[in-house]
Amino acid sequence: MELLHDLLFDYTQRTVALGALTLGAVSGTLGVFAVLRREALLGDAISHAALPGIVLAFMLTGSKAMIVLVTGAFVAAWLGMALMRVVTHHTRIPSDTALGIVLSVFFGLGLMLLTFVQRRPDAAQAGLETFLFGQAATLLQGDVVVIAGLGLLSVAVVTLLWKEFKILTFDPEFGGSLGFPMRRIELLLTTFLVLAIVIGLQTVGVVLMAAMVVAPAAAARQWTDALGVMVWLAALFGGLSGAVGAVLSSTARLPTGPAIVLVASAIVAVSMAFAPRRGLLWSWIRARRGRAAIRLDTVLTDLYALYLQHEELDHGHHPAVLEAMSDVGEGALPSLQALEDRGLARRFADGSWGLTEAGRDAAVRRLAELRPELVGEHGERSAPR
Amino acid sequence: MNPQRPSDAPVPAIEVNDLTVAYQDQPVLWDVDLLVPPGVLMAIVGPNGAGKSTLIKAILGLVDAAAGQVLVHGESYEKHQRSVAYVPQRGSVDWDFPTSVLDVVMMGLYGSLGWFRRPGARERRLAMEAIAKVEMEEFAGRQISQLSGGQQQRVFLARALVQDARVYLMDEPFQGVDVTTERAIVRVLQELRAQGNTVVAVHHALQTVPEYFDQVMILNVRHIAFGPVEDAFTDENLRAAYGGRVSFLHGAAREAGVGT
Repeated sequence: MELLHDLLFDYTQRTVALGALTLGAVSGTLGVFAVLRREALLGDAISHAALPGIVLAFMLTGSKAMIVLVTGAFVAAWLGMALMRVVTHHTRIPSDTALGIVLSVFFGLGLMLLTFVQRRPDAAQAGLETFLFGQAATLLQGDVVVIAGLGLLSVAVVTLLWKEFKILTFDPEFGGSLGFPMRRIELLLTTFLVLAIVIGLQTVGVVLMAAMVVAPAAAARQWTDALGVMVWLAALFGGLSGAVGAVLSSTARLPTGPAIVLVASAIVAVSMAFAPRRGLLWSWIRARRGRAAIRLDTVLTDLYALYLQHEELDHGHHPAVLEAMSDVGEGALPSLQALEDRGLARRFADGSWGLTEAGRDAAVRRLAELRPELVGEHGERSAPR
Repeated sequence: MNPQRPSDAPVPAIEVNDLTVAYQDQPVLWDVDLLVPPGVLMAIVGPNGAGKSTLIKAILGLVDAAAGQVLVHGESYEKHQRSVAYVPQRGSVDWDFPTSVLDVVMMGLYGSLGWFRRPGARERRLAMEAIAKVEMEEFAGRQISQLSGGQQQRVFLARALVQDARVYLMDEPFQGVDVTTERAIVRVLQELRAQGNTVVAVHHALQTVPEYFDQVMILNVRHIAFGPVEDAFTDENLRAAYGGRVSFLHGAAREAGVGT
C-alpha cells in the first residue's frame, strides 16, 4: 500500500516509474523487429557502442543534461551500427564478428574515457558511471519529457512505416522487387532502434540495455501469431518491466538496470512456460494427450481384433489379454474406461470387456484411417495383426 | 547473341545483354545474354552454383551488375516495375514469422499501395481471389508456420498473382512440393501464358522441362543456350552445362552429370 501511495503522490517515484515505463515500451516495440530479423545481438552492440559518445559529450560540453548525453550516445551508437553494416557489406567478415569487434572496441574506448574523466579533480563528472548499470533515481521530470518525446517519435515512425518495416523483416528481397528502397528502410529502422536504446541508457545502463530490446519481444512472440499483437504485447511487457523494476530498485535499493532486467526475464520465463501452443506446459499437455489418444486407438483396435475371433459383441475379454497384445503404458484399464465413457466399450459383470456396436463401427473406421492397406486388401473383417 | 533484332519481331518481354555479376572477386554470371519472347513459359536450368537465382535477382535489380544491361519490354526495369512479379525461393524467408496466409498474399499489393498506405478491403478482396486461384481458400487465416512446403509455395505464387503482372520471375517454384501442388502450379503457369503473360522459372528437374515449358535457357555462369525447348534442350548443350564442371573435378562423373 505504501508503494502505491508513493507511486501516486511521491514526485521522484512517479517520475522514475513513468520514465522507465516509457523507455521499456519503446524498446519493446522496436525490439520486435530486431528479434524477428534475427538481429537480437545488434541491440547489445549498439548500447555498448554508445558509451564513448556519452563521455565525449560530457567532456565537450561539461553538461550532464539528458538531451546532451543522449545526443552523444546516439551519434556514437549510430556510427558503431553504420560501421558494422559497412564492414559486413564490403568485406568478408561475417556480421557476428563485425558485431563483436564494434561492441568491444567502442565499449573499451568508452571505459577508457570514463576512467580518464573520473581522474579529474573536479566533481562535475560524478554520476557518469551510473550509465554502466543504470540509475533510475537520477531521472528528472525534464528527462522523462525527453524520453517521452523521442519515444513518441519512434512509435509514430513505426506506425507510419508499418508495412514497409513488415516487408523488410519478412522478405526484404521481395520488398526490393516491389520497388521499395530496402537499404534505406533498413537504415531507418536501425536508426530508430538506436534511438530506442539510447533513451534507456541512463535508466538501465549500457551493459544490460540489450535485454530490454530482446526480452519483451521474445516474451510477446510466445503469446501471438500476429505481428500487430506482438508489437502491442512487447510494448506492454517492456513498459511493465520498466515501471515495476524501477520502483523495486528505488524501494529495495537495488541497481535499476538489473532490477528492470530481472522483471523482464521473469515475464519471459512465465511466457515460455505457460503461453498457449508455444509454451512448455502446453507442449507437455499436448504430448500427453497425444500418447493417451494413441493408447486409446490401440486398445480399441485390439478389442476389435479379439471380437473378430468370435464375432460376438457379448463375448468379454480381460484387460490382461489386451496388455499382452500391445504395450499400453499404464495398463489397458484407463483406456478401457475412457472408451466406456464414450459408449464404445462396456464392462461385463466378471470384469471382462467388450465392444459396443458403436465401438465396433468406430474401430472399423479408425482402422481404415490408420491401416488402410489392411482394410483395402481384406475388407472390413481383417484384424490388425 | 546478335543484339540487332528484325524490326517486325515483337519486343521481347526480357532482354539481357552482356550481363556480368560478381560477388567479391568471384564471377557468378559472366557475359550472359538472354531474350525471352512475350507470352512464353521459359525454364532456366543449370547445375548448382550456375548463377540461376542471381540471374533472376539481377533482372529484378536486387543485385548489382558489374556490367551489362537488362530491359523489360524494351525499357529499363524501373519503368515496368509494376508489371513484374517475383516469386523468391521458399527457403529465403522465416516461415515462423508471426503472420497469416492472407497477410503474406496482401504483401504483393504493397507496391501498388505505395508509401505509408495500409491494405484495406479492396486489397483483402484481391488477395482472396489470388488465394482462390491456388486453391488455398480454407487456409487464408492460417498462421504460415502451419503450412506444408507445397502450401507455402502456393502462398508465394498467390502473392505474385495478386500483383497482376505481365512478367513473372520465379525461383524454383517446384522445389520440395508434392505432386498435387506441382500440377496445380503448372496449371496456374499455363493460365498465365494463355492470358499472354510471360513466365521465367528456375527449374531443377530436367525431365519435366519439355512437358512444362516451351522455352529453355541453359546456364552455367556463362549462358550455354536459350530458345525453344526443341532447339536448345539438346544433349550437347546439357553436357556443356552439367558435364564440363563435373569432369573438371572427376572425369568419371561426366556422363552421370547429365540428366540428373
